[in-house]
Amino acid sequence: MGPIQLSMTVASSQDFRDRLKKEYGVDVSLCYQCGKCSAGCPAAFAMEHTVRQMLRMVQSGLVQESLSSYSIWSCAGCETCSTRCPRQVDPAKFMEALRIEAKKAGLVADKNADLFNDLFLNSVKDTGRLHEVGMIARFNILSGQLFKDAEHAPGLFTQGKLSILPHKIKNTEAMAKIFANVQKKRGGKS
Amino acid sequence: MKRIGVFVCHCGSNIANTVHCEKVAQVAKDFPGVVLSTDYKYMCSEPGQVMIQEAIREHNLDGYVVAACSPRMHEPTFRKCAARAGMNPYMVEQVNIREQCSWVHADKEKGTEKSIDLLRMGVAKVVKNEPLYSTTIPVTKRSLVIGGGIAGIQAALDIANAGYPVTLLDREHTIGGRMAQVDKTFPTLDCSACILTPKMVEAAQHPNIELMTYAEVEAVDGFVGNFDVTIRKKARYVDFDKCTGCGACTEKCPKKVPSEFEMELGVRKAIYTPFPQAVPNKPIIDANHCRYLLDGKCGICKKVCPTGAVDYEQKDELIMERFGAIVVATGFEQFDISAYEEYGAGKIPDVITGLHLERLMNASGPTAGKIKRPSDGKVPEKIVFVKCVGSRDEAKGRPYCSKACCMYVAKHATLLKEKMPNSKSYIFYMDVRTPGKNYEEFYARTQNEYDAQYIRGRVSKIFQVGDKLIVRGEDSLLGRPVEIEADLVVLAAGMDPRSDAKDLARTLGISYDQHGWFTEAHPKLQPVETHTAGIYLAGACQGPKDIPDSVAQASAAAVKAAGLLSKPELTSEAMTALCDEAICSGCGLCQSICPYKSIEIKSVNERYHGQMRQRRVSNVNQGLCQGCGACTVACPSGAMNLKGFTNDQILAEVDALCQR
Amino acid sequence: MKYGLYPGCSLNGTGIEYGLSTKAVAQKLGIDFVEIPDWNCCGASSAHNRNHLLSVALPARNLALAEQHGIDQIAVPCAACYQRMKAAEVALRDEATRQEVGEVIEMNVEGKSRTRALVEVFANDLDADFLSSVVVRPLSGLKVASYYGCLLVKPAQVAIDSPENPMIMDKLMAALGATPVEWSYKTECCGGSLAITRPEASLGMTANVLKYAKLAGADCIVTPCPLCTSNLDMRQKAAEGLLGMELGLPIYYFTELMGVALGLEMSQLGLTKHFVEATSLLKNSPAAQ
Ligand SMILES: Cc1cc2nc3c(=O)[nH]c(=O)nc-3n(C[C@H](O)[C@H](O)[C@H](O)COP(=O)(O)OP(=O)(O)OC[C@H]3O[C@@H](n4cnc5c(N)ncnc54)[C@H](O)[C@@H]3O)c2cc1C
Ligand code: SF4
Ligand code: SF4
Ligand code: SF4
Ligand code: SF4
Repeated sequence: MGPIQLSMTVASSQDFRDRLKKEYGVDVSLCYQCGKCSAGCPAAFAMEHTVRQMLRMVQSGLVQESLSSYSIWSCAGCETCSTRCPRQVDPAKFMEALRIEAKKAGLVADKNADLFNDLFLNSVKDTGRLHEVGMIARFNILSGQLFKDAEHAPGLFTQGKLSILPHKIKNTEAMAKIFANVQKKRGGKS
Repeated sequence: MKRIGVFVCHCGSNIANTVHCEKVAQVAKDFPGVVLSTDYKYMCSEPGQVMIQEAIREHNLDGYVVAACSPRMHEPTFRKCAARAGMNPYMVEQVNIREQCSWVHADKEKGTEKSIDLLRMGVAKVVKNEPLYSTTIPVTKRSLVIGGGIAGIQAALDIANAGYPVTLLDREHTIGGRMAQVDKTFPTLDCSACILTPKMVEAAQHPNIELMTYAEVEAVDGFVGNFDVTIRKKARYVDFDKCTGCGACTEKCPKKVPSEFEMELGVRKAIYTPFPQAVPNKPIIDANHCRYLLDGKCGICKKVCPTGAVDYEQKDELIMERFGAIVVATGFEQFDISAYEEYGAGKIPDVITGLHLERLMNASGPTAGKIKRPSDGKVPEKIVFVKCVGSRDEAKGRPYCSKACCMYVAKHATLLKEKMPNSKSYIFYMDVRTPGKNYEEFYARTQNEYDAQYIRGRVSKIFQVGDKLIVRGEDSLLGRPVEIEADLVVLAAGMDPRSDAKDLARTLGISYDQHGWFTEAHPKLQPVETHTAGIYLAGACQGPKDIPDSVAQASAAAVKAAGLLSKPELTSEAMTALCDEAICSGCGLCQSICPYKSIEIKSVNERYHGQMRQRRVSNVNQGLCQGCGACTVACPSGAMNLKGFTNDQILAEVDALCQR
Repeated sequence: MKYGLYPGCSLNGTGIEYGLSTKAVAQKLGIDFVEIPDWNCCGASSAHNRNHLLSVALPARNLALAEQHGIDQIAVPCAACYQRMKAAEVALRDEATRQEVGEVIEMNVEGKSRTRALVEVFANDLDADFLSSVVVRPLSGLKVASYYGCLLVKPAQVAIDSPENPMIMDKLMAALGATPVEWSYKTECCGGSLAITRPEASLGMTANVLKYAKLAGADCIVTPCPLCTSNLDMRQKAAEGLLGMELGLPIYYFTELMGVALGLEMSQLGLTKHFVEATSLLKNSPAAQ
C-alpha cells in the first residue's frame, strides 16, 4: 500500500463533509486535533482508532475506512467528548452520524450492534414498548453468543424484574405510522 | 450668486492624454456661478499657483474648483494657495480627474465627459461652501501614564527622559505589575526583580516623574493636548510624609490576610507593603481587613508607630489634573482557572497556575524558593504542565493565543530541573510557539538538556486519588490515551484583559475588542495609537505580550506622546459636525455611534406656545470631533451636518450629476 | 403538587424498585403523579443511532399526549428517557422541525410540556426545610457516592446540572442526613449502552466507576438511572473479578434512600430486589435505630 493520495481523497470526499455539516451539524474542519475528546473518552481503550483519529480520517478523506471502522460501535454515546471539546465540534454527534451513515452504506462492522438496533426498534414498532426479556432472548439466539448476563436471569425473574409477557400500548397503529412516515420522509430502513 | 473660478490641470500628459482639458474648461464656463474657467499644464507648480492667486484677486473670486489629482495629494497645496491670496482655504474644492478618471479610463471622449460631470458636481458644491476656521490650542506639556507595570514604567521613563513631566499612576500600592511576581525571565533566565527593581527605583527618583500609587482614574474630560483627568487617591491611612518605612507597624499588626502578591500562598498583615522591594516602600492599611477600621478595636499600629504616621481618619481624595497626552498600560489578568471544572481547577489545591509556581520558585516567596506543593508542603517529583488553559479555547470564550505561556512553561520546566534534579516535568501542548529571538533554542534546550517530556495533546481530566493527581490526556502523536500520576499540576493559564478594562476604555473614550483588549488605531501601521488622538497604548493591555514586546511597545508609545508634547500648539479640525438644535429630536443615536466620544446630549430651555420648556438636544464638542461623519449618517432627523460636507452640499452634487 | 409521569420501559422491568420507591415516596410527600396515558418507548438507546427524525418522533408522541391531557411538567425517572425526551423538547423549539415531526406522528405538537428529571422534581421543587422536617430516620453516618451517569448532565442543551461536578443529588442526600463523599467519577460513563453488544468493553467502564467510589471511601452508590443501576449492581461481581478487589457496594436509587429516611418499609421500596445485598447496610446504620 503506497502513501495516501491526499489530493484525491480530500477532494473526492468534500460531499461527505458537506453532508455531515448540513444534516448533522458537524463541521469537522473545526477540529484542531487536540485530543481532549479521546483523552476523556471512557471507551477509548476499546477503540482501534480514537474519536480524534476518526475525525482526522474524515478530514483527510478516508470516508470508507471511517464508516467500516469497528471503533464507531465502541462509542457509548456518553457525550463526554462533546462536553469538553474546546472547539465545539460535537464529536459524539459525529460518531452517531458515522453510525447512521455506515448503516446507509451497508458498512456496519459490528454485527451485534446492528442486530441489537434491529431487535430494539422492532420491539418498539410492534408493541410501542421495549420488551427487555424478549429482546435479550432473541439477541442471544440470533447473535449465536451466550449472553453474558444469562447467569443473572434466574435472579431477575424471581425478583420480578423480568416479565415474560410484553407490555403493549393500546394504539400500536400509531407506532406503525411513525415508522412508516419516517421511512417515507427519510428513505432507508429504520 | 458666488463668483467661482475653475482651473483644469493637465498633469503633464497624465490627465491630458485621456481628457480634453481645454474642452472641459470651456464647458465649465457655462456652469452657474462660474466667472472664470481655464486650464494649465501643472496647476500645482509655482506658476500654476501664481496664476490661481492672480485670478482670485483679479476676478474677485469667492471660491474655486481645481480639477486635478486626488485631494489626498494636493488639497493642502490648493488650500494654502487660496489662503495666500486672502481667500478662506475651505472655499476650495478639488475634483479628482486623474486617479478617478484619466488613470482608469482609456477612451478620451468618455474621459472628457466624465471629467465634465465631476467638475459640474464640484462647482455645485463649492457654491454652497462656507468659510471654515480652525483654531489653535495650547498643549499641556505633561503626560499621564496609567498602570505602572513594566510597560508603564518604561513609557514613563522614556517620556521623562525626553524632558517632559510624567505622572505614573497605579491602582495598586506599588508599581511593578506582574513582572514583580515573576521569578526569572525567559529566554535569558535573569532574575526578574534584578532587572525590574532598578527601573522601579529610577522611576520613583526621576525628577520628571511623579509617582501616584493607590490611585484610580475616575473621569476624563477634554481632548488631545488638554485632558482633564479626575483622579481618586485612595486613603492609605498612613501619612507618607511622616512614615519612615521602619516596618514596626507591620510586624506588630495581629491581623493576617492571604497575600494577593503571593497568590494567596502566603500571608500579609492588614498594614503592609506587598513585597520587600515595593516602590513606594511604605505601608498602607487595607481597610477591608483592619480591625480598627472595621470595628474600632486594636489600634496597635498607631501605638507602635514611632513617628505618628498612622492616621485612621484619612479619606479618599479627589484631584483634577490636566495632561497633554495619556499612555494606557494597565496590563492583563491571569485567566481564572476555575472555569475548568474538568481539571478540578479551583477545587484541588495542587492544581495551580503559572503565577503560583513563580511565587513558589522565588527565593523571597512564601516557601523561600523551595518547591512545596500547597496541600501538604510535600516536594513534588512528577510535575505536569497543561498549556493553553484559557487560551485557544472557544468553548471557554478565549479563542486567542496568550503568547507568553509556551515560553514560560519551558522556563518553568528548566528551572524546576535545576532546582530539583530528580524531578520530571511532563508538558501537554497542542503547539509549541516560540517566535522570538533565541526562543526556539531555549525550548530545544528544555527538551534536550533539561529532560522535559513534551506530549502533544490537550488534557481532558484531572482528579485526585489519595495524594496523587491523575492526569488524563491523549498522546495524539501515538494516538493513545495516556495517564500520569502527578504530584503537582501547573495550568499555564492564559492572559485575560483586566476585568474592568471596558470601564476604563469608556472613561477614556477608546475602543476595545470583544474580549476587552484595547484596540489600536491600525493593526499594522498604528500599533500604539488609539482612535482617540492623544491616547496611546503600551504593554499587555492591548493584547497578550511578553516583557520584550511590552517594553518595545512602551518606548514606541512614549515617542508618540513626547512627539505630541513637543508641539507648540495643536490645530483643531475645521470640518467638524454641527447639530441643528432646532430640528434635533434628542434621540441620542449620534452619541452612541461617535467613535471619539465627542457628542453629549444637553438640555436647552426654549419658549413653546408661550411656556418655557426643556428639550434634549445633541451637542458636538468641536475640540474632540474628528470629522468622521458617522453621526450625520446615523441622525434620523437630518439635524447633524458635517461642516464642509453638509447634506445640502451633497444633495447639490447629486443634483448636478443628474442634470446632464 | 401535580406532575405527569413518564415511567419508561425499564420501570416495569429491571428498574422495578425505582418504580416502587418513586410511587411510595411521592405518596408520602403528597406529590401527585399522573401517568401519561398510552405512552410509548422513547427509543433510547437505538433510534438515534439509526435515524435522527425517528429519535425525535418517538418521544414527540409522548410530548403530544401530555399536551393533550393538559400536563405542563413531565417527571421522568429514567435518565436515558429523560435525555431523549428533553432532546426532543429542545428540537421541537424549531418551527420547521415541529412541523415535520407533527406530520410524522400525525398529531399536533406544540412543545409546551416541559420534561423534568425526577431527581430535579424531588431536589429542586421541594422546599429544603419541608424535606428535613419529614425525615424521620436520618441516614446519619451513611457515606454515599452520588453517581449521576452521563445522560442527565450531558450534552449541555439538556443538562440539569454541571457535567463535571453536579451537586443536586449530593445536596438531596445531605438533606436526608447522609454524608456525600467527594469523588471524581460522578459523571464518568458506566458503559450501560454497550452492556449487551460489547459486554467486555462495558465491564471495564463499570469497574472503573465502582473502583473510584470504593477508593473515595463510600459505603454505597446512589443513582438516578435504571441503566446505570442494573449495570453497577448486576455486574458488580464480574467487576470485582476484573479489578481483583472486593467492592460490596450496594447500589441505591435515590428514591429508595429517600423512602428509608421517610420511614417507609424496605420491602415496600424494592430494597430486597437488589443483586448486591442492600438492606443490611441500612439496618446496621444508625439510621435504623
Ligand atoms: C506566569 C507568568 C510568567 C511570565 N514569565 C515571563 C517571562 O519569563 N518573560 C517575559 O518576557 N514575560 C513573562 N510573562 C509575561 C509578563 O508578565 C508580561 O509581559 C508583563 O507583565 C506585561 O507588562 P504590563 O506592564 O503590560 O502589564 P502588568 O504587568 O499587568 O502591569 C499593569 C499594571 O497596571 C496596573 N493597573 C491595572 N489596571 C489599572 C487601572 N485601571 N488603573 C491604574 N492602574 C492599573 C496594575 O496594577 C499593574 O501594576 C509571564 C507571565 C505570566 C503570567
Ligand atoms: S476535542 Fe474537539 S477539537 Fe479536540 S480533537 Fe476532539 S473534536 Fe477535535
Ligand atoms: S460519546 Fe463516544 S466517543 Fe465521545 S467520549 Fe463518549 S464514548 Fe467516547
Ligand atoms: S489597627 Fe489595623 S492595621 Fe493597625 S495593627 Fe490593628 S489590625 Fe493591623
Ligand atoms: S503561547 Fe503556547 S501555551 Fe500559550 S496559548 Fe499560545 S500556544 Fe497555548
